[in-house]
Amino acid sequence: MSTHAAAAESVRARRLTESVLRVREIGIIGALALLIAVTAILEPRFIHADSLRNLALNASIFAILAVGQTLVIITRNVDLSVSSVLGLSAFLAGDLLSKHPGLALPIVFLLGIGLGAACGLFNGILVTWGQVPALVVTLGTLYAFRGIAFLWTSGRQVNAETLPDSFLNLGSDSVLGIPILVLIALVIVAVIGQWLRDYRAGRELYAIGSNPEGARLAGVRSGRRVLLAFVLSGALAGLGGVLFTARFGTVDATAGVGYELTVIAAAVVGGVAIFGGTGTVYGAALGALLLTTITSSLIVLRVPAFWQQASIGALLLIAIALDRLVGLRVEAALRRRSVRRAD
Amino acid sequence: MTDDAPIIELRGASKSYGAVRALREANIALRAGEVRGLVGENGAGKSTLVRLLGGVQRPDGGQVLVDGEPVDLHSTADARSAGVAVIFQEPTLFPDLSVAENVVMGRHPLQALRRIDRRAMQREVADLLDRLGVRLDPDRPVRGLSIADQQIVEIAKALSYDARVLIMDEPTAALSGPEVERLFGVVRALRERGAAVLFISHRLDEVFAICSTVTVMRDGAVVFDGALEGLTSDELVRRMVGRELGALFPKHDAEIGERVLEVKRLTREGVFFDVSFDVRAGEIVALAGLVGAGRSEVARAIFGIDRTDAGHVEMSGRRLPPGRPLAAMQAGIAFVPEDRRMQGLVMDLSVARNATLTRMRALARLGLIRAGAENRLAREWADRLQLRYHRLDDPVGFLSGGNQQKVVLAKWLATEPKLLILDEPTRGIDVGTKAEVHRLMGELAGRGLAVLMISSELPEVLGMADRVLVMHEGRLTSELSRDEADEERVIRAATGVQAA
Repeated sequence: MSTHAAAAESVRARRLTESVLRVREIGIIGALALLIAVTAILEPRFIHADSLRNLALNASIFAILAVGQTLVIITRNVDLSVSSVLGLSAFLAGDLLSKHPGLALPIVFLLGIGLGAACGLFNGILVTWGQVPALVVTLGTLYAFRGIAFLWTSGRQVNAETLPDSFLNLGSDSVLGIPILVLIALVIVAVIGQWLRDYRAGRELYAIGSNPEGARLAGVRSGRRVLLAFVLSGALAGLGGVLFTARFGTVDATAGVGYELTVIAAAVVGGVAIFGGTGTVYGAALGALLLTTITSSLIVLRVPAFWQQASIGALLLIAIALDRLVGLRVEAALRRRSVRRAD
Repeated sequence: MTDDAPIIELRGASKSYGAVRALREANIALRAGEVRGLVGENGAGKSTLVRLLGGVQRPDGGQVLVDGEPVDLHSTADARSAGVAVIFQEPTLFPDLSVAENVVMGRHPLQALRRIDRRAMQREVADLLDRLGVRLDPDRPVRGLSIADQQIVEIAKALSYDARVLIMDEPTAALSGPEVERLFGVVRALRERGAAVLFISHRLDEVFAICSTVTVMRDGAVVFDGALEGLTSDELVRRMVGRELGALFPKHDAEIGERVLEVKRLTREGVFFDVSFDVRAGEIVALAGLVGAGRSEVARAIFGIDRTDAGHVEMSGRRLPPGRPLAAMQAGIAFVPEDRRMQGLVMDLSVARNATLTRMRALARLGLIRAGAENRLAREWADRLQLRYHRLDDPVGFLSGGNQQKVVLAKWLATEPKLLILDEPTRGIDVGTKAEVHRLMGELAGRGLAVLMISSELPEVLGMADRVLVMHEGRLTSELSRDEADEERVIRAATGVQAA
């Protein structure tokens, strides 16, 4: 093979790997466009500004949680407890502000995020030092954190009337036409996305998920990194909780029940491999947007609730099947290439 | 430029795993400008010693000294900052990440704001691969790379540390001749620069080719330490084994019977083309060639793992349906793959389970496997293959490499095959077990089994085979009888150089 051919080959390989990575995001955007178009034809009100705005607001909290979840899943772990962490932090924010309406909002946010981070730290310590599988640990804390929320609220509910307007406005106001909630989600996706792409710590998360033993031998401090992933996931869930209260105003102990599965589904649909090592937060955020859009469009079209659930399930299966198919294809292509090269 | 103080030294180091004493008061010293060989049978403690030097584990007793000062290496990162780079035996690559990232993981080059400088990373890795003389795209993911290419990435990784001490645990196991030569070139360059190299290999000719001094280990202890000059490989082997070995490749005179396997114009686009040959009962046919010539792929296609685009395979005159391993098994083919960890064994399952995996159906009554029958069958094969195990229900991962290979063999021989395909049957196996595997192959052929062996080790090919088929770039380029086959002819055919 001449140098020229080698260069051409290298370009081809790069194009292949890049296109595979993009295929997922483009696929989701395509599915999203199709879904919106079809729904809009059947029910034109769906694309009114208000409706789309609501859609984006709903997707934002899910997207923030999905970003945290992605960090954890990339390391070959999972965080099922995010919905309960969100619940705790949502009630904390609501309770604090209804009792002390004058409290500075940044403090409320810091407390919510801090509470989430503490929950994440607890998960992370059990997983890294305790050597307990993340599935078991976070399944336990999913119930435990929710239980704490019930104890704490003891049946109380925080109502929107008792919350300061400045706080509730966060959930509905816009800057330059973009809702604040959406802006926050976009900033988080962009920052974490860059961190995963361009910083050592971010790349090390991928290494840990791809080959845990190899990461250890390469001198990666795996324990610390996994701990960090859990703390970030918890912190983002905490932030999600405060935003939840700002958006909905009414909070009780059941805030966010069942979110954990939607969030994991969003990440998987977005191309985050459940066995770690691959995926981006951009994909996960798009996955969250797609799932939210499906739910909204089915509601708009007055499809029974059962079909909403079923369609999310079907989407998940399609995404996984596609993954597998594309994965096999790519692997075969790469292998063929490597054989030819060795010739 | 040999200094007095060794760069790194183990003094009286001991290490136990449970009740097993893997290392007993071992001493080893690596000096600047020295390439030291480390040889010994599997389980002699070489890898344990490497783990201590590389900071993966700490000794129970004794000391690690760097530049004459006692140190405590807590992690591979500690060892690296002491200037020690290690190529480990176990695969340490990240399949989802690019070749370049695999090489620089943990120490990506940075630019402003501590961001990763991808350009610099690309350049650095491309340079390294150039130094190793391989064409490998730094941007492609590691997934799908051949074992040889993966090995190259491991080597590039270790070289990228610019270490003062380079420790290589069987770096050449998966490499072909020219690749080994290039690696040796790099090792010599390192030595010139004053680095110390510890080279571990089961191929003694390589040890003689590159090393100046040697440490021999046996049963966890260092039994010899000295200059390699003046030693013969026989003497070295005697020190490793502690006993005389018979001929390494027992000749066998089996009656060559009727045609068992016939491969007709088998083609898989982009992999191998128009491959035709046969194997007869009692015959050992070797498939030689460079790594990547398509030998393993042909074997996989015969067994029906991979699909083919043209041609077909016949067993005893009957045509096999393509792409169906079960049909191949039923027709009497047994296939021992190259990568026993990934493809040959279920590491967490017991020795007995693994050995009888292919016979589950026969051992079952009403769909339940009878443990008694399973153990009987496993014990029978364990005895016949002289398997060294503690208990039959120990996980197979506990066994040494050579013994694992025997379990894979047992598993397939239990199906009473007519054709046995062996892909690199003795890779990473110590000299003693190697001889046993060879003896076994001879014996099996003597009983009328047809054997197709893929091997990158020329002495093994020339010593064992009745007939040698050589592949080059996916094509069969030469067929040599036992008398015709010699090193030069095989190498010529394998590298595509036409015979003069």
